Amino acid sequence: MERNDPRARTDAYGSRINRSHSNMLANAVPWASIMVASILPVFPIATALPVVPPLGLLMLLGWRLVRPGLLPVWAGLPLGLIDDLFSGQPFGFAMFVWSLIMLAIEVVEMRLPWRAFWQDWFTAGLLIVGYLFAGWLLSGAQPTIHSLVALVPQLVLTILLFPIAARFVAMLDRFRLTRWRAL
Amino acid sequence: MAPTGSRRSGYSRRAQYNLFTGYVIAGIGALIGAILLALSFFQPQLFGGVRGAAQGGLSPATETAATVRTGSKSVWENISGYYRAGSKNAQLKRELEIARIRLREAEAVKQENVRLKGLLDLHEAETKPVAVARLVGSSASSTRRFAYLGAGSNDGVAVGMPVRSPRGVVGRILETGSSSSRVLLLTDTESVLPVRRAGDEVVAFAEGRGDGLLRIKLINLGINPLEPGDLFVTSGAGGYYPPGIAVAILTETTDDGGLARIVSDPAAADYVSVEQIYEPEAALGAETPIERELTD
Repeated sequence: MERNDPRARTDAYGSRINRSHSNMLANAVPWASIMVASILPVFPIATALPVVPPLGLLMLLGWRLVRPGLLPVWAGLPLGLIDDLFSGQPFGFAMFVWSLIMLAIEVVEMRLPWRAFWQDWFTAGLLIVGYLFAGWLLSGAQPTIHSLVALVPQLVLTILLFPIAARFVAMLDRFRLTRWRAL
Repeated sequence: MAPTGSRRSGYSRRAQYNLFTGYVIAGIGALIGAILLALSFFQPQLFGGVRGAAQGGLSPATETAATVRTGSKSVWENISGYYRAGSKNAQLKRELEIARIRLREAEAVKQENVRLKGLLDLHEAETKPVAVARLVGSSASSTRRFAYLGAGSNDGVAVGMPVRSPRGVVGRILETGSSSSRVLLLTDTESVLPVRRAGDEVVAFAEGRGDGLLRIKLINLGINPLEPGDLFVTSGAGGYYPPGIAVAILTETTDDGGLARIVSDPAAADYVSVEQIYEPEAALGAETPIERELTD
């Protein structure tokens, strides 16, 4: 038996013998990670410009595009509620826009069921542009041309961060499906 | 990744209903969001309680982060202080000597002020800050410029109170929770502050532009007397801020005023103090929408 490959009974998620996934973890990780990402932009103090990317949206897009079928199509409502509590936008903004984003991705997926990563990135980029523009328009203040120009660094940063968010989601997904539970 | 095929419900009635319900809930979600958004446009304070509670729940984490932030900043200042320490030290000594002389002169002027005010029978109440706290966070990913303060209505903080750092004006309290409150920073596009040029009586409004600069709009139009480098202080009009607190320094002149940079960067302030509304009657009499400062 010693000559057998010791990794024969394991896969990327751990040993396949006597171990099973944790239900709690498998269900909670996507939701929890998006909520934590929604809260994170509160911590830095940005006086002049909106410099921190909307991390909650990035994680939502990541989970939705990297693992389709995991988040239900209505996930934008409860997750947007959490984001609204901390984002500084008028209450209801994220609930509204995130719900629309989930429906939009559903439509895209119907047209293009098989996609490469750059297509996902393109979709995410368009949605990020739309989200930030809507945020500028519906911020509760007068939308001025200067605050629109001030959005550009954040926009570029957010689009460039999407691949990293996607890799991070993939990492969390492996963590989510690791077989922790001893049978 | 490949689609999971969960969209194809097949002949299962249950799967069909589940799928359909998902779409319906998503649509309803967008609708609920739109309604709440419209509500918060007309009543911005409507959801302040929920937000305040959420911020309060987060306060152990944000307070810790604020402590670490101010601590790490002073470490960096210590390190950068060693750069050209000798010449800096000599220059600081010279400046300190002059500052000491000026301070004595200011004390004499203060003494004279007290005497003259006594002659005129004017009383000036000592203003104590309502609360001194850290700025624990900000709306860093939003177009709006809000900061979160680690003191709330339990500490006596109320809506409209001015917030200042040792350097100058930071902003105004917009919403209060029990242990945290939201501050409208000067750089927000909704912030308008009556100012005057330090040294003379050129009055203007300082409006946030949304990109970190303030727009100085002169009230008396005509020949623009401003020059880059002019310091603007609060004028006391409107009743919210006490007069004479530093606000901004002009960097560029335009036709109707100029562009200015704020003096007190909230990100650099360790502690800020919340003060009483300077003249509550005047502020109340103005009856302007709460997010706007007193304007014409």
